[in-house]
Amino acid sequence: MENLINIGIRSIFIDNMIFAYFLGMCSFLAVSKKVKTAFGLGVAVIFVLGITTPINWLIQYKLLTPGSLAFLGEDFANVDLGFLQFIVFIAVIAAMVQLTEMAVERFSPALYGALGIFLPLIAVNCAILGGALFMVNRSYTLPEATVYGIGSGIGWLLAIVALAGVREKMSYSNVPAPLRGLGITFILVGLMSLGFLSFLGFAL
Amino acid sequence: MSAETAVQEVKKSEPLFSKKNRKLITNPLDIDNPITVQVLGICSALAVTTQMKPAFIMALSLTVVTASSNAAISALRNTIPSRIRIIVQLAIVSLWVTLVSELLKAYVYDVSKQLSVFVGLIITNCIVMGRLEAYAMGNKPWPSFLDGIGNGLGYGMILMIIAFFREILGSGAIFGYKIFEAAGIHYQGNGLMLLPAGACILVGLIIWVQRSINGYREH
Repeated sequence: MENLINIGIRSIFIDNMIFAYFLGMCSFLAVSKKVKTAFGLGVAVIFVLGITTPINWLIQYKLLTPGSLAFLGEDFANVDLGFLQFIVFIAVIAAMVQLTEMAVERFSPALYGALGIFLPLIAVNCAILGGALFMVNRSYTLPEATVYGIGSGIGWLLAIVALAGVREKMSYSNVPAPLRGLGITFILVGLMSLGFLSFLGFAL
Repeated sequence: MSAETAVQEVKKSEPLFSKKNRKLITNPLDIDNPITVQVLGICSALAVTTQMKPAFIMALSLTVVTASSNAAISALRNTIPSRIRIIVQLAIVSLWVTLVSELLKAYVYDVSKQLSVFVGLIITNCIVMGRLEAYAMGNKPWPSFLDGIGNGLGYGMILMIIAFFREILGSGAIFGYKIFEAAGIHYQGNGLMLLPAGACILVGLIIWVQRSINGYREH
């Protein structure tokens, strides 16, 4: 249990998807102009990450790892399907995103309209596939992977809402013209990332 | 994003490297740069650039994947039903990425270990998807191929610039060669440059310089 709490806290603050690994930067930069839309996208990301990480864990360890197909009989005991990892993971993610999209459209048409093209683009949000690949890289168990998925999602939400808040205020300041927009946003993200570094001091 | 809205028709008689086709390669290097103007493919640009060698391999892999999946999707573009096009695109891209990843593992194992998940993440690299959607779905294979090469090079160029500054300021080396040490100067590496934060600030500054030169403005 303690281990799970550790992984959760780590994935939210210390190994934050955005500030430590830069995953999911494209939509992070593009959708962070308003706090409200940013929050909606963040919730969608938590949902998708929280579901796809455990599903991908099951696929990785029940189907793809060498020897995991042994239950099919002797002949399959040595089959290594590891090379299928990328294709299978991305297919699961794309399917889950499609489901999320339908759910959001059904229950919150306003949010659906606000997110627009960025909802289907969660499928190509690096944070989602990154979460799945990191989970395999660090050989988490199933509960750990679930906590890790949800934690990374929460970390992503925190980051995007924080940036959106700063950017809303930024519109009142006088930024040099060539730096306006993307340039200043990058510098902001850099400074926020420095701030998040202070969490490294936590001994977990 | 204005260059690709005009659908370019290349006639049969047109030479392979006509002016229009050459533009496909040179535009992404400057006024239509995937990273600093189109804001695509940021994640990997920041994550793999602490040293020049992995950055170079990454840029090369991305160029190969973008160009070949652009060509493949463009060849299939009239047979892909538009409702499921994202899945079809992802499937083709992940095919190429799997190939590249296996090749890297076979020939440059240490770099492939260093890049870790970021090779796999080329699948979700927005440059690849962005070019497929914006260009390959509406153009012939050869121009699409060139467009892929161009965007890969534009991405690679920014990647190498970032990696150059990060490696020389962060660890005083170029391509792993300790340049300050060789010159007999003691250099204390700047830790900030090796951190994600340093990379972000560096990209911000590069964008500032580039936009001051080419006059691109955002409101």
